[in-house]
Amino acid sequence: MKRTIIIIIIMCELLLLLSLFISSSLAFQSDELLIEEEDLGSEGGFPDLAHIRSSSPQPPTTPTRKRYSESDQDSKVQFSLEHAFGDSDFSPAGIFNARLKTWNHGAQTLTKLRFSRNDFTEVEKEKFQNLLKGDDFYRIRLPSNVLSSPGREYVISSVKARCLPRESLDEHFVIHMEGVNILAVNYGAPGACPHPRQLKLPAKWSFKSHTVLKNSEQAPRAPVFSEDILGETAEGEVILPPERSFWAKYWMYLIPLGLIVMNAITQAMNMPEEQGGGQAQQPGAAVQRGPTPAVRRR
Amino acid sequence: MAMAIRVFLLSLLFFSLADHSFSLYEDQAGLMDWHQQYIGKVKHAVFHTQKTGKKRVVVSTEENVLASLDLRHGQIFWRRVLGANDAIDGVDIVLGKYVITLSSEGSILRAWSLPDGQMVWESFLQGSKPSKSLLSVPINLTVDKDNVILVFGKGCLHAVSSIDGMVLWKKDFSAESIEVQQIIQPLGNDKIYIVGFVGSSQFDVYQINAKNGELIKHTSAAFPDGFSGEVLSVSSDMLVSLDSTKSILVTINFQNGEISFKKTHISDFVEDHSGIADILPSKLSGVFAVKINTLLVFIRVTAEGVLEVVDKINNAAAVSDALSFSEGQQAFALVEHVDGKVLLTLKYSHDWNNDLLKESVEVGHQRGLVHKVFINNYIRTDRSYGFRALIVMEDHSLLLLQQGATVWSREEGLASIVDVTVSELPVEKAGVSVAKVEQNLFEWLKGHILKLKGTLMLASSEDIAAIQGMRLKSSEKSKMTRDHNGFRKLLIVLTRAGKLYALHTGDGRVVWSLLLPSLRKSGSCEHPTGLSVYQWQVPHHHAMDENPSVLVVGRCGPNSDASAVLSFVDTYTGKELNSLGLVHSVAQIIPLPFTDSTEQRLHLLVDTDKHAHLYPRTSEAIDIFQREFSNIYWYSVEADNGIIRGHVLNRNCIGEVVDEFCFDSRELWSIVFPSESEKIIATVTRKLNEVVHTQAKVVADQDVTYKYISKNLLFVATATPKASGEIGTATPEEASLVVYLIDTVTGRILHRMAHYGSQGPVHAVFSENWVVYHYFNLRAHRYEMSVIEIYDQSRADNKDVWKLVFGKHNLTSPISLFSRPEVIVKSQSYYFTHSVKTIAVTSTAKGITSKQLLIGTIGDQVLALDKRYLDPRRSINPTQAEREEGIIPLTDSLPIIPQSYVTHALKVENLRGIVTVPAKLESTTLAFAYGVDLFLTRMAPSRTYDSLTEDFSYALLLITIVALIAAIFVTWVLSERKELQDKWR
Repeated sequence: MKRTIIIIIIMCELLLLLSLFISSSLAFQSDELLIEEEDLGSEGGFPDLAHIRSSSPQPPTTPTRKRYSESDQDSKVQFSLEHAFGDSDFSPAGIFNARLKTWNHGAQTLTKLRFSRNDFTEVEKEKFQNLLKGDDFYRIRLPSNVLSSPGREYVISSVKARCLPRESLDEHFVIHMEGVNILAVNYGAPGACPHPRQLKLPAKWSFKSHTVLKNSEQAPRAPVFSEDILGETAEGEVILPPERSFWAKYWMYLIPLGLIVMNAITQAMNMPEEQGGGQAQQPGAAVQRGPTPAVRRR
Repeated sequence: MAMAIRVFLLSLLFFSLADHSFSLYEDQAGLMDWHQQYIGKVKHAVFHTQKTGKKRVVVSTEENVLASLDLRHGQIFWRRVLGANDAIDGVDIVLGKYVITLSSEGSILRAWSLPDGQMVWESFLQGSKPSKSLLSVPINLTVDKDNVILVFGKGCLHAVSSIDGMVLWKKDFSAESIEVQQIIQPLGNDKIYIVGFVGSSQFDVYQINAKNGELIKHTSAAFPDGFSGEVLSVSSDMLVSLDSTKSILVTINFQNGEISFKKTHISDFVEDHSGIADILPSKLSGVFAVKINTLLVFIRVTAEGVLEVVDKINNAAAVSDALSFSEGQQAFALVEHVDGKVLLTLKYSHDWNNDLLKESVEVGHQRGLVHKVFINNYIRTDRSYGFRALIVMEDHSLLLLQQGATVWSREEGLASIVDVTVSELPVEKAGVSVAKVEQNLFEWLKGHILKLKGTLMLASSEDIAAIQGMRLKSSEKSKMTRDHNGFRKLLIVLTRAGKLYALHTGDGRVVWSLLLPSLRKSGSCEHPTGLSVYQWQVPHHHAMDENPSVLVVGRCGPNSDASAVLSFVDTYTGKELNSLGLVHSVAQIIPLPFTDSTEQRLHLLVDTDKHAHLYPRTSEAIDIFQREFSNIYWYSVEADNGIIRGHVLNRNCIGEVVDEFCFDSRELWSIVFPSESEKIIATVTRKLNEVVHTQAKVVADQDVTYKYISKNLLFVATATPKASGEIGTATPEEASLVVYLIDTVTGRILHRMAHYGSQGPVHAVFSENWVVYHYFNLRAHRYEMSVIEIYDQSRADNKDVWKLVFGKHNLTSPISLFSRPEVIVKSQSYYFTHSVKTIAVTSTAKGITSKQLLIGTIGDQVLALDKRYLDPRRSINPTQAEREEGIIPLTDSLPIIPQSYVTHALKVENLRGIVTVPAKLESTTLAFAYGVDLFLTRMAPSRTYDSLTEDFSYALLLITIVALIAAIFVTWVLSERKELQDKWR
């Protein structure tokens, strides 16, 4: 059985925000055929910050224009995922399908990435169990160029096998792209992998895969100020400090006050005891004790 | 109202800190810092002693320095440092007042004023073909009463006027296929001979009129055996060369336009000759020296062209050029090593059997062999001729020998430092210091009284001078023991000559030096080079009776696959404890964070075949190592290939020999940069020994963020291959710079960011959770600096106090890098006016003190810039809370405050690196900048908040206390008396 996860790199900020609202954080497992249209119902991406930022540096074309120009220039590409158990050789483990979008200015990017993962065969299951026992590495690799596989060299990533099993085998790919080149793939568990790694067999020998495509984002520019803006901010608005709580304002007075009060209380508590011993000081003590009965009377 | 006052005070405090965070008063210069000037290994030397003025020698060095040295004391009169690719090929003096240098492969000729080193003129000589560059100053060749300088460079012969540098005439040889070897100008003759080879088997002579550059005659002759390249002129019409097998000496006679060859087998001179011979390039008249294996043979050429051996020398030796000192008499110096001493012999070139001078000088065995010798003559008080010799040693030091003694010496090896590490000084043994103090009690008191006078403004000008002198050379800072504040340390520096020096941080003197025997040229190790120095053993538990030691790693040859050499040196005594010549190569050296029971640090040496070798090779080390075996990861950067790989240890090496200290590795991850768009230009990691005080960072409004602190972060910068050259070769559209933050255990790219329209060179520094890097923005035509800060989000939930109280936090749980990281990254860019040579950051003992960036500017100075200026949280209008926290309003460029130059008025010529060392005092750090010069200073980025300053007057304090006590006493007595009187009343 194949599980297909669909990922789309979202082309512009607008669409991206939209997708964030639509996409749920649950991993979507589906073997349904994909409709070819610009479908925003992609799953598997996490609504995390990294994901949002990953798609920002796109060419400055409007979304509507893109839709027209792209359809005739798109082509399908396919590249395979290979895996290895410990030191073994790499063998095929799945296929990535994607559409290659060619932009007006010639740049090419991948969109609509779909992944179909092969389930472990019996032999592979056994190998994987050995990895779990030995706390060894499970390694995967991708070609460094999606058009002319394997490109210059394969990009490799590994994880300790014990990080993967949960209910099923949960895996998470982050594929760093530069045009049609794959710079690196980061492979691992979708969440935490607590340190004393426990030996735990998965309940189901099936994969739950999540894939994120990342392109480089643009660095923030150095700020450029024109003179008038500077002048405006310097004299114009008076920045009002946010109103702070009573405690935040006056803690430095309150603490000594509290100390004084506490000191006074302890003194007052000690006074009656001393009084029993010394008769001579009675008048003074009586004055101090004065208020107390008054309070009681109320 | 109170708020406003507080804000005002805070801002006042802030401005006072910001503007003068590292300024000095004039009289404080030299108090905490020292500066040493060097010139590098001398290549050429010209003496100037004829006039009765200052006796000097003008030298040019391998560090591209031209300097004039005082012959009496060896001090630098003046010094000019040329650019990195402006190597000096020749130096001479003309007209008795100009120093002429030829540099940049024969294309730049400059004249410098001899007394003060000002440049008089400069001329750029055009040429098309790269060739040997030759500078020749004929003694009395004049054109229109103007002394002529002959320069051959880039395939052209130029005659240049010595007065203004105008090219008088030019003869282009680039069309001919001749490789010019020599310019020969016979005395009292207007002809110049240009001799050279065409191919390897034809010899050509061009005869040129020196007045106008016209070609008089061109002759050539074929020599079927072929030449090996070099020629040496023996007399005005005789040359000597070797044939292509280097076993036959060829004498070439080109008198009267006829060329004749004469061959002599070297085996005629030396029996059982095997191997190849080399002609020494020393210009001696009528004689030349041939080096055959270790044997040096002097051969005389008679007028008929017959060769005869005059002497054979079996010791390591160096020979100077011939010097004519009186009516046609010429002499040269021969320096030999005999019984650990240097034997200087001066010989007449026409008469071998009589020595002019024979002196034996002790120069110390830590200087190695003599590499070069230059001689100069003077007239003694008894009117006879005396000679002095300037010798350059194997360790690059420069010595002047005269009358059988070393007049002065300069440690020029320190101009080419390769690596620096630090060692503590011995702990002060009880009893020693007390006696010293008692002895100097009077001195101490006198000093303090003087200081007191200074503070009370009572001191006279002599007193002030005395105070200043006392402060500058206080014995306190140059003691050979550890001090309480940790200011006194030993800097262990490795130089390119393979010599190790220990410098005292107090005054910069050389405590000991060691020319490492394992890094000297030997049969098994042809071209040894020193790579780096590491702290090998730092005893804490046995600090009283064990000495720390350092590990020096070198390699036998320029390529990375050459076999490695290890050497262990005691840092107190400067003795080599042990050395290992290894069978494997060394590509990476990884100091591991484990030490054995003797506190030797474990080191992993990775060779070019990706095998890891563990040192020290003891079973205890293996035990410690096996415990941490699965937690050791490393990475390798293949910059040419554009690949970064991660590795993990696998199992013991499989080979013919069982080696339990050798481990196989396996590749865990790889990052392949597309070769057409990205090329690795810089990689930076955190310093291994950096201390971070706290992970939490309190931001405005009592909020807290957690720094992502990992020792396994790597900063990588890549640029488009087109834009990785010089600035200006690429347009902004085709240039882009991409920066990465990579976790080196899992290979995760934590952050990736592109600067479009920018290019390298990138200089970066990584500390705590931030990277600062410097690059060029082609669009803005300016340099920029950017900062990236990385924060850990997985701990962000721990802000809740109740969670902390009930222990529901994850602060103590171990972190696994295999977990998916939850980080956020903040970044900001600013313009920066200077171009930068290197960047470093201050480091303190506990990491509490705020950080300053130390920027090595293009002007060879060190600028301290507060890290607060590079804070991605800066905004145009910081809120009140942010202002109180110390956030500076955002500006588009970083300020350069003149007072914050750490090097104040000094320059560290050819600045190459800055090393910071934490002192024991938390507020203070030592900063050591090295290049051709050395500079060390003590810095306090947040001022010395934890100690009193040096000029604090203890005496004043003492007097105040005494006065107070006296006052108390007096008032007590008075009050007693008054009370008594009251009672009597």
